[in-house]
Amino acid sequence: MTATPPAFTPPAEPVPAHGVDLLRDMLRIRRFEETCAELYSATKIHGFLHLYIGEEAVATGTLRALGPDDAIVATYREHGHALLRGVGAEALMAEMFGRSGGCCRGRGGSMHVFDAATRFYGGNAIVAGGLPIAVGLALADRMLGRDRVTACFFGEGAMAEGEFHESLNLAALWKLPVLFLCENNHYAMGSALELTESETNLTLKAASYEVPAWSVDGMDVVAVEREARRAVLAIRGGGGPVFLECQTYRFRAHSMYDPDLYRDRAEVAEWKEQHDPIDLLAARLRAQDMLDDATLERIEAEIAAELEAAVAFAEASELEPVEDLARDVYAGDGA
Amino acid sequence: MSTEAASGMLTYRDAVREAMCEAMRADERVFLMGEDVGRYGGGFGVSKGMLAEFGPERIRDTPLSESAFTGAGIGAALNGMRPIVEIMTVNFSLLALDQIMNNAATLRHMSGGQFEIPLVIRMCTGGGRQLAAQHSHSLEGWYAHIPGIKVLVPATIADARGMLAPALADPNPVLIFEHGSLYNTQGELPSPPPAVDIEHAAVVRAGEDVTLIAYGGMLARTIEAAELLAAHDVGAEVVDLRVLRPLDDAGFLSSARRTHRAVVVDEGWRSGSLAAEVSARITEQAFYDLDAPVERVCGAEVPTPYAAHLEQAATPQAATIAAAALRTVGRDG
Ligand SMILES: Cc1ncc(C[n+]2csc(CCOP(=O)(O)OP(=O)(O)O)c2C)c(N)n1
Repeated sequence: MTATPPAFTPPAEPVPAHGVDLLRDMLRIRRFEETCAELYSATKIHGFLHLYIGEEAVATGTLRALGPDDAIVATYREHGHALLRGVGAEALMAEMFGRSGGCCRGRGGSMHVFDAATRFYGGNAIVAGGLPIAVGLALADRMLGRDRVTACFFGEGAMAEGEFHESLNLAALWKLPVLFLCENNHYAMGSALELTESETNLTLKAASYEVPAWSVDGMDVVAVEREARRAVLAIRGGGGPVFLECQTYRFRAHSMYDPDLYRDRAEVAEWKEQHDPIDLLAARLRAQDMLDDATLERIEAEIAAELEAAVAFAEASELEPVEDLARDVYAGDGA
Repeated sequence: MSTEAASGMLTYRDAVREAMCEAMRADERVFLMGEDVGRYGGGFGVSKGMLAEFGPERIRDTPLSESAFTGAGIGAALNGMRPIVEIMTVNFSLLALDQIMNNAATLRHMSGGQFEIPLVIRMCTGGGRQLAAQHSHSLEGWYAHIPGIKVLVPATIADARGMLAPALADPNPVLIFEHGSLYNTQGELPSPPPAVDIEHAAVVRAGEDVTLIAYGGMLARTIEAAELLAAHDVGAEVVDLRVLRPLDDAGFLSSARRTHRAVVVDEGWRSGSLAAEVSARITEQAFYDLDAPVERVCGAEVPTPYAAHLEQAATPQAATIAAAALRTVGRDG
């Protein structure tokens, strides 16, 4: 089974003025996760760790289209989304370490990141489990007369679950402001899209629920941002939900447990070498004289400093006292 | 077939795989179906290599559709096949709970005995791997609540190897819960492996002073507790429940009557737990033989936390089991 890179035409449009910011965002995700992978090998991080490396353009482009009042629902592959949304690297890293300074006080870990302040509603490790929640968040906004959008990220694997179909139908029926963001990285664990979907044109599935649906090259951050803005505009106008498929690829294994034996090495290499969203954007920025070595070095140094501080914070953060084990099971159990 | 164990030994994972291969070689109607059971080799590596031997018709990779493929297993079982459905973990089985509870468990009775569902559903259960609250729970006690299905909890290599054949031969839907911490455990089995039953509890360690009752992932820890107790001159008998539904009352009652004390160990939450059921049956049927109240050591009533120290605190440990046993003999842990 092969996942050929999308046949989108090479980007003709110029990179917008904030192109370097997009690059910085993607680099923050990549370096954060590379650090996590090292810390996992060093047994500082445990459990399941799902890396987003290769898919950074999707979170980077789409989150730019959202405002501070909008909500986000993501999956277990959500470190990048959380980081860009404004969950600090320190609180995020401490969560990965299972410390009390973590955004969920060490109860959630890598797969279950939550942050009320930035309206980040997980971090959900049940495939498709977040979709109905996104529908409900949007329902409340609609009923309370708020002009807010809920962006819901999920992998293409989630589209085989009943919850995908039930949620799309409901959101369309009630014209709810949900942006359904399918991160199609072509594999659900070891199962290629062709092996799990009878119709591999995913936008057709969404369209069958009367949800406007289209695809974008998810390795082109500029295009992702453009299309996400278009989608958000349509939703804010009261047009009901939109389905946006971002075609992408994960460069690493499904999780740290996965020996990655189901993909052709050449296929992985082709995506990495020719479709790395960071390399692609950097090349375009250089061609437009928007990026030079000094700028890139400065960005890398700033990110390295941020991560160093985050790891130090996580290391120094206390363990949650065992007496607080049952804290927050019910309201009023707080300290 | 790949085995990762040292020579002569096999892992729990190998034992389950060998049992499935044996069943598939013996009966054309048996097939395996579930997420990533084929190319990936199973979420926990149990079916690794089986696709090469049996092909994609009989080692069926499914989409992420727990309700649909579990329901399809029920339909295929109704119609002449002997499916083994693998659900990656018990938390995900909740997406298929409707099919298990409202169809698999009811169709025979509701149809006045016209239909039979010879289906086996295997899944991973339990915590201990820092996977937090959506991958770590022990919900087999819930399933044991449901009439119409059988619930098996192989805790040993012999049961991992032996329980599948009688489960497939059983005309009822049978759920098999494999504790995630057991897959890498090793043991030796005679060749050919011994046949086992799926009806009885087993005494796995003899003792005179107190009966420790456990199952699945808690069995090894309970045996460890028995060893701690031996150091206190307390002889603990350990009973492995093996089958949670129907419960083998006689299997644990005879031991409790003899030792006059019982401690029930259960990784599941205490309220409404399997341990509550076992404890109730002991007090109902052996009350006058008891010298102390029945003790229970269960999972703390919290969603399983990620941080290692919190997860440990939420799970029964050998020391807490031993302390409970010491209370039954009137001594402080
Ligand atoms: C309901 C449920 N079933 C199975 C799993 C195990 N599982 C975790 S991730 C995954 C693959 C999901 O693929 P996809 O939705 O495409 O997202 P990706 O991991 O590629 O980002 C599977 C099978 C799960 N977490 N939840």
